[in-house]
Amino acid sequence: MALMEVRNVTFAYRDKPVLKDVSVEIGEGEVVTLLGPNGSGKSTLLKATIGLIRPGQGTVRLAGRDISSIPQKELARQIAYVPQFHRSAFPYRVFDVILMGRMPHKTFFFRYSQEDIDIARTVMERLSITHLAGRPYTEISGGERQLTLIARALAQGASIFVMDEPASGLDYGNQLKLLEHITALSGEGYTFIKSTHSPEHALWIAHRAVMIRKGTIIADGRCDDVVNSETLLQLYSTRVKVVRLNGSLRVCVPEMLKDNGAEEGTGRQPMFVRTGTSRR
Amino acid sequence: MREGLVIAGLACALVLAVLISLVLGKYPVGIEDVCGFFLWKAFNASVNLSVDRQLLENILLNIRLPRIMAAVFVGASLSISGTAFQAMFINPLVSPGILGVLAGASFGAALGMVLSKSWFFVQASCFLFGFMAVAAAVGIARFYKGNSIILLILGGVISGALFTSLLSIVKYLADPYNQLPAIVYWLMGGLTLVDAGTIRSTAIPVVAGIGLVVSLSGYLNVLSMGDEEARAMGVPVERIRIILIVIATMLSAITVMLAGMVGWVGLIIPHISRMIVGPDNRVLIPVSALVGALYLVAVDDVSRLLFTTEIPLGIVTSLVGIPFFAVVLKRAGRGWS
Repeated sequence: MALMEVRNVTFAYRDKPVLKDVSVEIGEGEVVTLLGPNGSGKSTLLKATIGLIRPGQGTVRLAGRDISSIPQKELARQIAYVPQFHRSAFPYRVFDVILMGRMPHKTFFFRYSQEDIDIARTVMERLSITHLAGRPYTEISGGERQLTLIARALAQGASIFVMDEPASGLDYGNQLKLLEHITALSGEGYTFIKSTHSPEHALWIAHRAVMIRKGTIIADGRCDDVVNSETLLQLYSTRVKVVRLNGSLRVCVPEMLKDNGAEEGTGRQPMFVRTGTSRR
Repeated sequence: MREGLVIAGLACALVLAVLISLVLGKYPVGIEDVCGFFLWKAFNASVNLSVDRQLLENILLNIRLPRIMAAVFVGASLSISGTAFQAMFINPLVSPGILGVLAGASFGAALGMVLSKSWFFVQASCFLFGFMAVAAAVGIARFYKGNSIILLILGGVISGALFTSLLSIVKYLADPYNQLPAIVYWLMGGLTLVDAGTIRSTAIPVVAGIGLVVSLSGYLNVLSMGDEEARAMGVPVERIRIILIVIATMLSAITVMLAGMVGWVGLIIPHISRMIVGPDNRVLIPVSALVGALYLVAVDDVSRLLFTTEIPLGIVTSLVGIPFFAVVLKRAGRGWS
């Protein structure tokens, strides 16, 4: 049985339909990547899976239970959410931000216990960010902030991570490090549902890709099967070639670059060089 | 550890400030008489006092202590409400009056002064309209289907504006020889009218309210990360927010009841406290209550002793607060984008 089951979910903000009859099943330990252009409904689908929005029609089930019937706290102990945008008016210490992850384990009037503090320390060690503990959360880099949020999700004790464009705003190196962390955690049995703007991120670390366009799923399956020129053209209206490098790794190459003469042996001057010299 | 020391240190400083304030005043009473008097009162200790006990009892217990306690209550209440609101509304420039409670309470008190001579009636009306103004703000937010932060703030702006203009009507209609000066003077803020009875009746709600905010302070960090994140961490956002709004409204309405309009305390004390202990609300909330109390006790001493006639408290807090805030603004803006 699927760990999480989104069945026939329809949702509209006011009169604007965002999700139309969407169904997805997610198995335990899977890394599922949502791909789709801006405004396609990726974020909304993610929010529906964690109960932040209630679908107009359809159900979301977690291990067979309708999530609208699961108390908020209990749900938070199983699913953690790493949001896309982050409001941070106050420079809390990184350690205090990670401690917040213990909230779903506390009673109404609560104080963090030694156990909570130990758990927060352990997850920081696990992600090697112990050195950040005392730093203000507003002053660390984007990559460190993303790791802090993952640490908080781990402290939450959840086994399912829902991440809305976790790589956006990170530099190239930090994007790759993030993917590495996700791969490592998924190897330990954590389930990831994430959205991204980069099809390569799906190809590199996801088991499955779910492609959404205008609120409808147009493809769902193993990345190798569904991420290809046709589906990417449908999603993004640009021609992209998916090229297999030696072995199993695959990369996306925009065809536009090829047409501009980047290919060898055509005799044409590469466009970049030409514009570069004319500006001199 | 360090936080514990700061809190303990501030608590000692507050006790000291209260004792010193008991000494200060027109009638000279020495610190040894003050201490001796309280030892005698509390433990029935046999002490030698250089002033008549009946006179001491009158000066200390009936005149000075109620006023000092009022300063403690007002300072602590305004600062703690301000700190809680700043975290809750994710905005370091928010003050306790953001939902209209101060405007509502002022209107209520002015209306009471015009309609009745009974001080109790004035206080009751003040308290009631403070709550009504906030209820109107929350109601407006609810009407537009939400208690999202921005709707609440807009509701508060509308409600505050409404009660401010209602206050103008009351002022306009008030008898210009007796009632109007009373209203205007009272709106400047001051602790002259405080009596022991009022302090006794407000002590329980103030202490309970402050205690509740302190015990809920752990939620404030999460609330300031935004509604969705807080909800995803299992926090019942709406419920916690409404509870905190009700407590803060009660505390703020009581301050208007005790002291009229005392401006700026709820805005600057949270910032000063944040400079001392950082932004973690679990520590910041109790610290801001103590710093606020300390500040207002000191300012009230200044306002009653500096000149032969009293300067209204609200004027002093504003005069101290405005330049301070101008300096602090740079820091406050950091990380808020």
